[in-house]
Amino acid sequence: MTTSNTADKLLTPEEAVACLRSGMTLGIGGWGSRRKPMALVRALLRSDISDLTVVSYGGPDVGMLAAAGKIRKLVAAFATLDSIPLEPNFRAARQRGAFELMEVDEAMFMWGLHAAANRLPFLPVRAGIGSDVMRVNPGLRTVTSPYEDAEMFVAMPALRMDAALVHVNRADRRGNGQYLGPDPYFDDLFCEAADTAYVSCERVVESFEGSVPQSLLIKRHAVTGVVETPNGAHFTSCVPDYDRDEAFQKMYATTPWSEFAERFLPPGGDEKQYQSAVQVWHEEQK
Amino acid sequence: MTTVTEVTRAEYSVIACADAWRGDGEVLASAMGGLVPAFGARLAKRAFSPDLLLTDGEAMLVGLDGAVEGWLPYRQHLAFVTGGKRHVMMGASQLDRFGNMNISCIGDWARPDRQLLGVRGAPVNTLNNAVSYWVPRHSTRVFVEKVDMISGVGYDSAAAAGPSATRYHRIPRVATNLAVLDFASPGHAMRLVSVHPGVTVEQVQEATGFPLVLPENGVPFTREPTPEELRLIREVIDPEGLREREVGPA
Repeated sequence: MTTSNTADKLLTPEEAVACLRSGMTLGIGGWGSRRKPMALVRALLRSDISDLTVVSYGGPDVGMLAAAGKIRKLVAAFATLDSIPLEPNFRAARQRGAFELMEVDEAMFMWGLHAAANRLPFLPVRAGIGSDVMRVNPGLRTVTSPYEDAEMFVAMPALRMDAALVHVNRADRRGNGQYLGPDPYFDDLFCEAADTAYVSCERVVESFEGSVPQSLLIKRHAVTGVVETPNGAHFTSCVPDYDRDEAFQKMYATTPWSEFAERFLPPGGDEKQYQSAVQVWHEEQK
Repeated sequence: MTTVTEVTRAEYSVIACADAWRGDGEVLASAMGGLVPAFGARLAKRAFSPDLLLTDGEAMLVGLDGAVEGWLPYRQHLAFVTGGKRHVMMGASQLDRFGNMNISCIGDWARPDRQLLGVRGAPVNTLNNAVSYWVPRHSTRVFVEKVDMISGVGYDSAAAAGPSATRYHRIPRVATNLAVLDFASPGHAMRLVSVHPGVTVEQVQEATGFPLVLPENGVPFTREPTPEELRLIREVIDPEGLREREVGPA
């Protein structure tokens, strides 16, 4: 079967980031320190794009962008490195009041993605009321069931985004994405909830012949660009291709940001330079 | 014959956590906030609540031998919560008299003195399924008069928020390194259920930043593990003794 009529969406990380603008609302897939589109985040860190609203089940993506001063507003339920519970750069940025925060619950966040993907203004959710999520988000509204129960719920607003960045194990050049690990996280929803979506992957494949159908998570109608970035989720996990680089993550968590950035994200660098710098660092540890 | 050695504080803590899931039937036992709750959940399943569902900490439901029996990625896990067939034991950075819990930040939310995790799933958990808490170091730093950022909803906050907040709200127990507590008192103020052997009521009160409700007929000791439970903890569930490192001294 020929696919020659469908668009080739292959981009470099720089080309993908060149499609983004300062002031945008940006969704970032993965969860905590798991399957984060770090190569795209790194390209973003090397760019002069800033003033972003970031929507994320936060991990080092949030920590790094916050440390680099690129976040104007964060929408999140948490930021964590998983094996290291507290994300140090996120903490430091919060403690110096570096950005505005819309702190919501994990489920509220999920229903916000569903609402956006379904072109609804909100979805009702039994979460938030009774907690200080309502106090710190005075703009959150409630909705009363129109049926006999007349229960009151939070009307979680749609988390509509200008662009989504996600990382998967495999993709084709048309934008179909496949995850091979145990958890899809919310990556398909991020793509569908955003006006544009950039999918980085470990490897571009010509076909998904022989694949488990359920692994084909992301469909090309929701994807703008595909970026092949081997080890692109580093240092977060991207199973089964690789586990989290715990040693490197620990170093990240204990190194001042300026020092880390100077070595691993120097001006004029790129993803290839980053991956070599990581290898050199590992050699030094032996 | 095994030699009888004294039951440690950490082992009473595992028992205190395990008993939270007693009689729970076919529900997901989610253990967060430490190893002791995870050991407790496994002990409960082995010893007296065989129908409990357990996860591998990632996306799979597994039996005691680790054999996969189901799939529970995050999006299904969050749906599981709202279905109510779940009893989670969470950690708590702050916990108040009515069970309001904070894991978000310490100080003024707008610019916190110490940013912690964020509210995570505590708001949805507390309104939808049973939520117990585990505190490895019972102290006035954790047990405070008022929490800085209500992440997990307490009884007073749920009541103030109305029927859709109270409908499925339930905090069965708080287990600590010193004691077992619950909210089964008039007005749902925190009540001292039992102290672990070797701990006094005064000690627990001193480590708590608000007056505890005391049962009328005195405070009993936390129950002893059965010999079989003790064997399971020591030989099967935590042979490396990791429980001892997590539990703070009295």
